[in-house]
Amino acid sequence: MNVAILSPLDLSIAAALIVILAALSFNLKLGLESQLLVASIRMTVQLLLIGLVLQFLFSSGSVWLVILISQVMLLAAGREVRARLKRKIRGLFGYHVGVTSMFVSSFSVALLALLVILRQDPWYDPRYAIPFLGMLLGNTMTGVALAADRLTSLFYEQREVIEQRLMLGESRSEAVSDIRRDCMRTGMIPLINSMAATGLVSLPGMMTGQILGGTPPIEAVKYQILIMFLIGAGSGFGVICAIYMIEKHLFDDRHRLVLDKLLPAG
Amino acid sequence: MSRKVPDLSSPSPESPCLLVQSLRFARSGPYSFALDHGQCLGLDGASGVGKTRLFRALADIEPNSGEVVLNGRVREDFTPPQWRRLVAMIPAESRWWHPLVGDHLPPDYAPHRATDLVQACGFETDILGWDVTRLSTGEKQRLSLVRALIRDPQVLLLDEAGSGLDRDNSTLLEALVGDYLGTNGAAAIWVSHNPEQLERVAGQTMTMMPDRLIFSKDSTVI
Repeated sequence: MNVAILSPLDLSIAAALIVILAALSFNLKLGLESQLLVASIRMTVQLLLIGLVLQFLFSSGSVWLVILISQVMLLAAGREVRARLKRKIRGLFGYHVGVTSMFVSSFSVALLALLVILRQDPWYDPRYAIPFLGMLLGNTMTGVALAADRLTSLFYEQREVIEQRLMLGESRSEAVSDIRRDCMRTGMIPLINSMAATGLVSLPGMMTGQILGGTPPIEAVKYQILIMFLIGAGSGFGVICAIYMIEKHLFDDRHRLVLDKLLPAG
Repeated sequence: MSRKVPDLSSPSPESPCLLVQSLRFARSGPYSFALDHGQCLGLDGASGVGKTRLFRALADIEPNSGEVVLNGRVREDFTPPQWRRLVAMIPAESRWWHPLVGDHLPPDYAPHRATDLVQACGFETDILGWDVTRLSTGEKQRLSLVRALIRDPQVLLLDEAGSGLDRDNSTLLEALVGDYLGTNGAAAIWVSHNPEQLERVAGQTMTMMPDRLIFSKDSTVI
């Protein structure tokens, strides 16, 4: 393994590009500079911190630490899903949907991969467990959040259609069947598109990273295929889970639409 | 229809078509009244008093309490979809969600019923193949009655049906409803701001207040 070690100076050169972009944005009055700088600083600090945590985690190898960190990651992902909804769901249920669908999309799939496919000793080896979970959470979150956002928005915008379908004697499930299909598509299309483009247009970050780290390309490719399958399936399961949970929550047992469970758009 | 329990919907002469007792919703009510088979009851009242919400409560599309009995069977005996097929609310402004008009009819409808209803509303039969974006407001109003009647309701809740129609089409619509009530022993409540229309269609009119109903002629308040 002969990775080129990056010095602080090397990173500063890359950071200078962001500063130039911010200056440009300021000059052109694009109004993006403060957001861009804050996000860059956040990203740098968060990654440095997680680097330290991972270093500590790998050297300790404790299963409890792995569990603790994975729980923190899962809760953060659930919170993030809720935060991305334009029309948020009132009360704790909003977090509940996020955390449960992220558990289905990522946690369960990561566990399966660790126990059945990777079979490391110990199976929770943090060098595999944490990056796998992280990649799954990060990549399935987009789909789940997109689908949930569209679902709550469409329920609100099409409330009259939904109610008139109910008035004609359709069940709650029939009355929202078109909306459900639309949201499923919204959640899955970005992923299907990216699967189709991978290898032709884009080289995924994980694979590139492994190759830079000295792994033979064909081994890196196999890992990438594995992770794409897991992300694809995980996203789909997570989207279905979120759609059904929200759908059930926004109707009562007499098949009435209960939109006051949604907060006003903001 | 497979979902409909047959003897739940068949008119039974001894009990009223619809019996409403102490119906409350939001901060309105209690309201009590009865509808006989074949009866059409007019409903008026100040704007915003809650006429549409009364309909929504009767169709059980919004939370309410009280007893609502259809042909001697309490509402709780029906699943919500069964109930709403039988107690059909026809909103003032109809929405259309499928591409073609005919897509809005139930999948198992009898073609000759559809033809009869469509013609009774003054349309050619090819209207069922029309794209919904071609429909005018008045056409939508008449067709929303067709898509409700073909589901064989026992009670019609007509929210300003025919308010945007010219005299001829209005007459067609009124005749169709009257004919349907007579043949099927069904009943209707008709909201209208047009006293002449209410005079034509309804034998009796009730005026809605926030806490009670006032009946125009012989009261059927329980």
